Amino acid sequence: MESVGSIIMYFIIAVAIIVFSVLTVTTRKILRSATYLLFTLFATAAVYFMMDYEFLGAVQIAVYAGGIVVLFVFSILLTSRPGDNTEKLASRRRVLGLTAAVAMLLVAGYSLVSRCSMFVSRPEMGEIDMQQVGTALMGTGYGQYLLPFEAISVLLLACIIGGIVVARKR
Amino acid sequence: MEITLLYYLIPSLIMFCCGVYGFLTRKNMIAILISLELMLNAVDINFVVFNRFLFPGQMEGMFFTLFAIAIAAAETALAIAIIINVFRAVKGIDVRDLTKMKF
Repeated sequence: MESVGSIIMYFIIAVAIIVFSVLTVTTRKILRSATYLLFTLFATAAVYFMMDYEFLGAVQIAVYAGGIVVLFVFSILLTSRPGDNTEKLASRRRVLGLTAAVAMLLVAGYSLVSRCSMFVSRPEMGEIDMQQVGTALMGTGYGQYLLPFEAISVLLLACIIGGIVVARKR
Repeated sequence: MEITLLYYLIPSLIMFCCGVYGFLTRKNMIAILISLELMLNAVDINFVVFNRFLFPGQMEGMFFTLFAIAIAAAETALAIAIIINVFRAVKGIDVRDLTKMKF
């Protein structure tokens, strides 16, 4: 049984996720779309905080809201004038997209609701402190992640070099 | 009232479907990339929620999400570099203008 506060908090977050993600794909100004994406990412970070993964929520805010959205806003301002609308969608294309999305929603939603294992309630969990996260990232044993960590660092290096090579002036 | 696993999966499912809709209908390349981010984010929520509800005390889902966030950041940075390059070449980022690579 959960406290009233956490239930209210849950509904605020759920409504924010649904409303802002619908607005992200339906608004016609591209800059507004990026702003709604920012709010969606904040709501996601709030979900992580509710799940007691504080480190993950902080990473989500720092990397997504702090890095990626800023990158989006810069590239939008570089490639289009602020204020111009995208043109109205052709109705055939919109119907196609709506059909795909709603069909997927119905099929996946039905298969979720029909499984009774989806109704488990939240078990208790001890606090995950930073030391645990750090040893799991830096070890090579079972349930430890040094190899993917190093692979990510090589990937980021390749991404830096690739970004410079692709985007520099010839 | 009890908040079960399903209550977290439904918003993330709706978020993913919004991403699919945007990916299929948008013409601007940056808008397509934004829809892609929505889909990635919905999957991240699922990993974390399954980890928390079904396997508390383990951290597999959390670390998978952590690495997924890092890969998404790298992918977005590279995609935006490509988009800016395309903008220089064809003076626009509408996907219908990109016909040079068709045979």
